[in-house]
Amino acid sequence: MFELLGIPPQALFGQVLLGLINGSFYAILSLGLAVIFGLLNIINFAHGAQYMMGAFVAWMCLNYLGINYWAALLLAPLIVGVLGVLIERFLIARLANLDHLYGLLLTFGLALIIQGLFRNNYGSSGLPYQIPDALKGGQNLGFMFLPNYRGWVVGASLVVCLVTWFMIEKTRLGAYLRAATENPTLTQAFGINVPLLVTLTYGFGVALAAFAGVLAAPIYSVNPNMGADLIIVVFAVVVIGGMGSIMGAIVTGFGLGLVEGLTKVFYPEASATVIFIIMVLVLLVKPAGLFGRAA
Amino acid sequence: MADVLSVEAPAGAIALAETSRSTERLHRAIFIGLAAVLLVAPYLAYPVFVMKVMCFALFALAFNLLLGYGGLLSFGHAAYFGMSSYVCAYVAKNWGLTPELAILSGVLVSAVLGLAFGALAIRRQGIYFAMITLALAQMVFFFSLQAPKFTGGEDGIQAVPRGKLFGLIDLTGDRALYYVVAVIFMAGLLLIYRIIHSPFGQVCKAIRDNEPRAISLGYRANQYKLAVFVLSASLAGLAGATKAIVFQLASLTDVHWSMSGEVVLMTLVGGLGTVFGPIVGALVIVSMQNYLASLGAWVTVVQGVIFVVCVLLFREGIVGVIAKKIGRPL
Repeated sequence: MFELLGIPPQALFGQVLLGLINGSFYAILSLGLAVIFGLLNIINFAHGAQYMMGAFVAWMCLNYLGINYWAALLLAPLIVGVLGVLIERFLIARLANLDHLYGLLLTFGLALIIQGLFRNNYGSSGLPYQIPDALKGGQNLGFMFLPNYRGWVVGASLVVCLVTWFMIEKTRLGAYLRAATENPTLTQAFGINVPLLVTLTYGFGVALAAFAGVLAAPIYSVNPNMGADLIIVVFAVVVIGGMGSIMGAIVTGFGLGLVEGLTKVFYPEASATVIFIIMVLVLLVKPAGLFGRAA
Repeated sequence: MADVLSVEAPAGAIALAETSRSTERLHRAIFIGLAAVLLVAPYLAYPVFVMKVMCFALFALAFNLLLGYGGLLSFGHAAYFGMSSYVCAYVAKNWGLTPELAILSGVLVSAVLGLAFGALAIRRQGIYFAMITLALAQMVFFFSLQAPKFTGGEDGIQAVPRGKLFGLIDLTGDRALYYVVAVIFMAGLLLIYRIIHSPFGQVCKAIRDNEPRAISLGYRANQYKLAVFVLSASLAGLAGATKAIVFQLASLTDVHWSMSGEVVLMTLVGGLGTVFGPIVGALVIVSMQNYLASLGAWVTVVQGVIFVVCVLLFREGIVGVIAKKIGRPL
C-alpha cells in the first residue's frame, strides 16, 4: 500500500470525494442564492429550510405514497418550487420597495416557521432514506473505491449547475433575466412581464435548493435541521465568490467543498471553520469576492 | 414682507427648541418612571425573570444602537454576547475573580472581538455585511463547540459563583444581585442614550441615511461605523457577562445563530431605531418564551410568525407606533 504525504490514498480520496459532494451542495445552493439575489435583491434565508423541505418531500413521497427516488427527484423540486412561487407572490412581493434587509428578516422568519413545523412533526433525530437500487454498490477504481451514489451526486450536480449556467447565459429567457437584473424598469418597458419573471426566478432558485435536498437525502439522514447550519456556510461561500457571476458561484462552491475535504484529511480540527477562515482572508485581500464586481 | 419673514424665522426656531425641550422632558420622565419600576419590580415579580428581561433588553439596546442608529444589520451578535458570557463565567469560576472584574473581562474580550469582526465586516455593505457577521459568529460557535477545556463543550460552564461584589457585598441572594443588575442595565441604557444624542451619534445617523454624502462632507464613514460596531459589541458583551452571573451558566445557546435571530426579533417587535423600543421588545419576547416554554419547538414557529407579521404589517414596532401617535421620538 503506497502512501501520499503520509496519508493512505483510500482516506485521502474518500475525503476528497466527500468534499466534492459537499461542494456540489454549496454550488447548487449558492447558485440559487445568486440568481434570486440578482433579480429580487434579497438574500433568501429560507434557502436552507427549502433544501431541507426537498429532502422531506422525497421522504414523504417514498413512505406515504410509495413514489420512488427518481420520480421524487423531479417531483420534490416542483412541489417546493410551487411553494416558493406562492411565498414570493403573497409575501416577498409586498416588500418590493423597502430596504432589502426586510427581505432577509422575512425569509429568516419563514425559515424558523418551516424548521419549527418539521421539528414538531418529525423530531430532530433524522429519518433514514435508502439509496435507490440502481445506484447501490460501487466501482473499484484501483486507487479508491467509488460508491455509485456518491459519483452520481457529483455528476448530477455538475450537470444541473452547467444547465443552469447555459440557460442564464446562452438562451433568450436567460437574456430577459439578465436584462431584468440590470434594469427592471427598462426591461418592463420593452414588454417583458418582469413581476412574473421575478416570481418564476424565485421559484426556480427554491427548486434548485429542493433538488439538492433530494440528492442529499440518502447521504445524510433526512433531518429538520439539515439546512440551518448548511445555509450559513453557503453564505460564506457566496461572500467568497461574490454574487456577480453564475460560473463563479459554481467554481467557488465545488472548490471550497474540495478544500474542506482536504482539511478534513490534513487538519481535521479546522474542517468546520476552514471556509470561514478563507472568507476572512478573501475579505482582507479582495473584499468584492473572487468573482465579484466592486460595488 | 422681509420684516415678516425675519420675525417668523426665529419664532419657528423657538417652536422647534420648545418641542425638543419637551421631548427631553418626556424622556427624563420615562427614565425616572423606569427607575421607579425597577426599584419595586422585585417585590411584584420573580426577580430572576426581571433580571433576564434586563439582560436581554440591554443586549437588544446594544443591537439597536448598531442597526437603528448605525444602519448596520449584524446577524451575528450572539458571538459577542456568548463569548463574553463564556469569558466571564470562566474567570469567575476558575480564577476566582470578583463579579465586577469577571464582567469587565467579558466586556473587554467582546470589544476586541467586535474590533476584529467589525473591521472585516465593514469592508462590505448591506446584505453582505449581514452574511459576513453571521459567518464570523458561526466561526465563534464552532470554536466554542471544539474548545471544551475553555467552554465546557455541550455542557457549558455550570455553577458559576455569583461571588461578592468588590469582595464585600454577597450576591448569592437574588435580591442583592437584582439591584446590581438593575444598576448595570440603567447605566447601559443611559450610555446608549448619551451616545445616540452626542455629535458622534448624529454623524452615525447621517452615515446611515446617506453614506456618500457624509463622506463628501469629510466624515470618515468607516471609522464611525467601526466605532459604533465596537460600542455595540461591548455592550452586547456587558449583557452576556451579566447574564452569566445571573444564571450562573454560560452555554452554547448563547453563541448559537438562533440567539442572533432572537435579538433581531426583540428589536423589531419593540421598534427599530427607537430608544426605548428594544426594552419593550425584550419584555415581550422573554415573557412569551416563559409562557410558551412548555410548547417546545412551537416557540420557534411562533417566533417565525412574529417575524413575518412584523416585517409585513408592523415595521415600526410597538414603541415606534406609540411615538408616531404622540408625535414625539421615543
